[in-house]
Amino acid sequence: MEVTVKIAEELRLTAEEFELIKQKLGRTPNFTELCAFSGMWSEHCSYKNSIKWLKTLPRDGGRMLVAAGEENAGLMDMGNGFGVVFKIESHNHPSAIEPFQGAATGVGGIQRDIFTMGARPIASLNSLRFGNINDAKTKRLLSGVVKGIGHYGNCFGVPTVGGEIYFEECYHTNPLVNAMSVGIVKVGKTISATAEGLGNPVFFVGSATGKDGIGGASFASANITEDSAEDLPAVQVGDPFQEKKLLEACLEVIDTGAVVGMQDMGAAGIICSTAEMSAKGGVGMHIDLDKVPTRQKNMKAWELLLSESQERMLIVVEKGKEGAVLKVFEKWDLPCSEIGHVTGDGLLKFYMHGNLEAEIPAYELVLGGGAPQYTRDYKEPAYLQKVAAFDTNSIKDVTDLEATAEQIIQIPNIANKRWVTVQYDSTVGAANAGTNAPSDAAVVLAKGTGKALAMTTDCNGRYVFADPYKGAMIAVAEAARNIVCSGGDPIGVTNCLNFGNPYNPEVYYQFVKAVTGMGDACRKFNTPVTGGNVSFYNQHPEGAVYPTPTIGMVGIIDDMQYRMTLDFKNEGDAIILIGEQQNDIASSEYLHKLRGVEFSPAPHFDIDEEFAVQKFVSSLIHSKLISSAHDISEGGLAVTLLEKGFNRELGFDVAANTDLRKDAFWFGEAQSRVVVSCNQEQVEQIRQRAASANIPVTILGTVTGGYIKVNGESWNNTLSWKEKYNTAIENILNA
Amino acid sequence: MKFGIVVFPGSNCDRDMQDALQNDLGKEVIMLWHKDEDLSMFTTDDCIVLPGGFSYGDYLRCGAIARFSPMMKSVIAFAEKGGKVLGVCNGFQILCESHLLPGVLLPNAHQQFVCNNSYIINSTGGKALKIPVAHGDGRYFASDELLDELEANDQVIFRYCDSLGTIDKQFNPNGSLRNIAGIRNKQGNVFGMMPHPERASSSSLSNVDGLDVFRILGMN
Repeated sequence: MEVTVKIAEELRLTAEEFELIKQKLGRTPNFTELCAFSGMWSEHCSYKNSIKWLKTLPRDGGRMLVAAGEENAGLMDMGNGFGVVFKIESHNHPSAIEPFQGAATGVGGIQRDIFTMGARPIASLNSLRFGNINDAKTKRLLSGVVKGIGHYGNCFGVPTVGGEIYFEECYHTNPLVNAMSVGIVKVGKTISATAEGLGNPVFFVGSATGKDGIGGASFASANITEDSAEDLPAVQVGDPFQEKKLLEACLEVIDTGAVVGMQDMGAAGIICSTAEMSAKGGVGMHIDLDKVPTRQKNMKAWELLLSESQERMLIVVEKGKEGAVLKVFEKWDLPCSEIGHVTGDGLLKFYMHGNLEAEIPAYELVLGGGAPQYTRDYKEPAYLQKVAAFDTNSIKDVTDLEATAEQIIQIPNIANKRWVTVQYDSTVGAANAGTNAPSDAAVVLAKGTGKALAMTTDCNGRYVFADPYKGAMIAVAEAARNIVCSGGDPIGVTNCLNFGNPYNPEVYYQFVKAVTGMGDACRKFNTPVTGGNVSFYNQHPEGAVYPTPTIGMVGIIDDMQYRMTLDFKNEGDAIILIGEQQNDIASSEYLHKLRGVEFSPAPHFDIDEEFAVQKFVSSLIHSKLISSAHDISEGGLAVTLLEKGFNRELGFDVAANTDLRKDAFWFGEAQSRVVVSCNQEQVEQIRQRAASANIPVTILGTVTGGYIKVNGESWNNTLSWKEKYNTAIENILNA
Repeated sequence: MKFGIVVFPGSNCDRDMQDALQNDLGKEVIMLWHKDEDLSMFTTDDCIVLPGGFSYGDYLRCGAIARFSPMMKSVIAFAEKGGKVLGVCNGFQILCESHLLPGVLLPNAHQQFVCNNSYIINSTGGKALKIPVAHGDGRYFASDELLDELEANDQVIFRYCDSLGTIDKQFNPNGSLRNIAGIRNKQGNVFGMMPHPERASSSSLSNVDGLDVFRILGMN
């Protein structure tokens, strides 16, 4: 078949990129080679439209042990000789088509990124976005995604400990499924995704290769070649049992000392793993595709290169130590084949039936090598004028506080997500310290290290939509606040940047501003970005999703005695608000869901104020002055107070002495506020410390045995609120 | 009393069980590989534990393949000699498939995986114990005659209840018959239960009710 620009375009390469490929090769590529470029230069693998701005993020420093993008996942120093490995990744498009397998393989893929570095995953989180929960399509997607995450994670045996779910119309066609995994490794025991040592054998390990997921990274087209590409499943199929065996076998094989480098096969399968490992080591590979175990007969070279069959690894082994490697994989009943060896010429050469099917310099395929990097135009979106035009005075203040609070506590974005979370195994590993003692962030014991990790995912897409720069800062700030309120010290970030089409200048504006805001916030909190993933094209004919730069953040709790929980502890305790109340209802759930306002600014946020509040809360925790801390987020102060009461079914008696709007005081979502509770004897000391640290604090009232009183009015009891909060989502989904 | 924990390729609670027995109960533990069959280091005073997980993937019926593993053949012989055997979650399913315990474990009544803190109570009374469950197939099922026989022989060791010990359907996470959470064989040396005591045996998790479970089973 003659390769033409038309074929290149069908493979989602541009005419310019096709010319570039010809230049780099000094000839016209054959179809197999073109497919290799199509996969490797896809947005997913090359970051061609994002890398320029990603490089502006703080990507080293702090506790980082490898710079961002160097390995499959971020690696940071935990102390005591241990490192924490973590990463978040999207599986949005597959989940929109086939929610069960899409979400399941998303979970599988992120786990491989962790254990391919030699770390044992200890916790998973996921950040999900769907359309209107009352819609039948949303119910189907939600049910499938949750089943898929559970199916894979529960069998694989890593607890799902946290995450978030939002329901907004803009995600109707494009749900977001972002999966995060966190693992632990001994420093010095990590394995690099690199190929080195001339003549070292290259092993292919794990599941046989089929035609599933071909082109997942680049082209979802059925008409590539008429004879072979028809009826390809667009989505990969996951096998968590196989992955569990792969995990144990890979960790065991690392212990043999025979492994030079290892990389999992995710997007763009064999071509991606061979190209990235070779380019990183400055070597080439000679690969015999006949030796790759296949599920189907007569697979073509390009199919083998691009297949995204799951649960596969590429391992470079030190020559002479093959036996030790084979023995481990035999023990775990996993196929393991030597498919080639490392060469010195920097060329990837793929052979089949003795014929050279493709010959490409590895360097030319990869990010940081020959892959193109683009500077895209951007312009301020027109809708931001509507955002700026919002006038709070146009909204009449609430009259019935209690009735409004009752509505708010049942908004799906706020209500209890237990319908979802009970379907995930959250207790396997016997390390989830949140099961019996909830905190703002998940707290997981890092067994054997003497420490615990606090972890969270956060992003309110509506804030980012309203103000991409400030909204992204808020996502970072909220993540850090959740970790601080759990007694942790935030150390690093992984991000999953979900946006629309980057060729739309208004979408690209959102991307640029969000990345800039994220960078500034991460510098302030000293939480470098260790890596992550960009997902563009979350777009449908009517528009894009909210810009959703999900932040996955990890913090360290050096000593569990300083771990903090969110719930009220004792009747009679004082309730104190730390931070300042604002006359602000912008972008709140109240304004958006109950008052129907689509365009309003991001809520009040000042990064220095935020930082000071967090430092203050942290100092109170470390001085053991408080017994609970819970930040104010969606739903405002009223929701925070109610949530603090649920766990022990305690109530509160609080009063507001204020000139602010009632809706702003109780339901506003101004940032940088935390509600703590403490023994009455500590109040004066907290007040004094706040005065000297110049932090506003307000004594709101006291914890009660179960009744709720606001401004002297009885609001029924905690149990009745808890029932509404717990059952709101179930009532919709089971209807 | 020492313990052996059988590791199937899809076991994922084997390490948790090892931690609980070694660190929380101070027991000697030997890990056993599913392809091996040697149990000569154990006497009938010792206990073999089948941990939770997905033994061989459980794509067929849960525990249906594990039953035929080399190690399980030895475990069955060990149990028949009177040695103690405890199966938790997938381990309980394997014990039923192996006919070391009567009855079967069906998919949960609501057809969904369930993970939460459940309360269970021992047939001899005592307080309700808060023990996590995490399973998709935990609905204990048997004929009425068999259930009557289990009750007559005092073989039902745990039932689901609320925090006050009230046994009622609404506190049952999977729809098991007669709220059964765990049973033992007639001889009293083989125990199976769906809840995970090893996930509730450490003060660092703010729940040590699992230690009471091991005590009730005579394994403390």
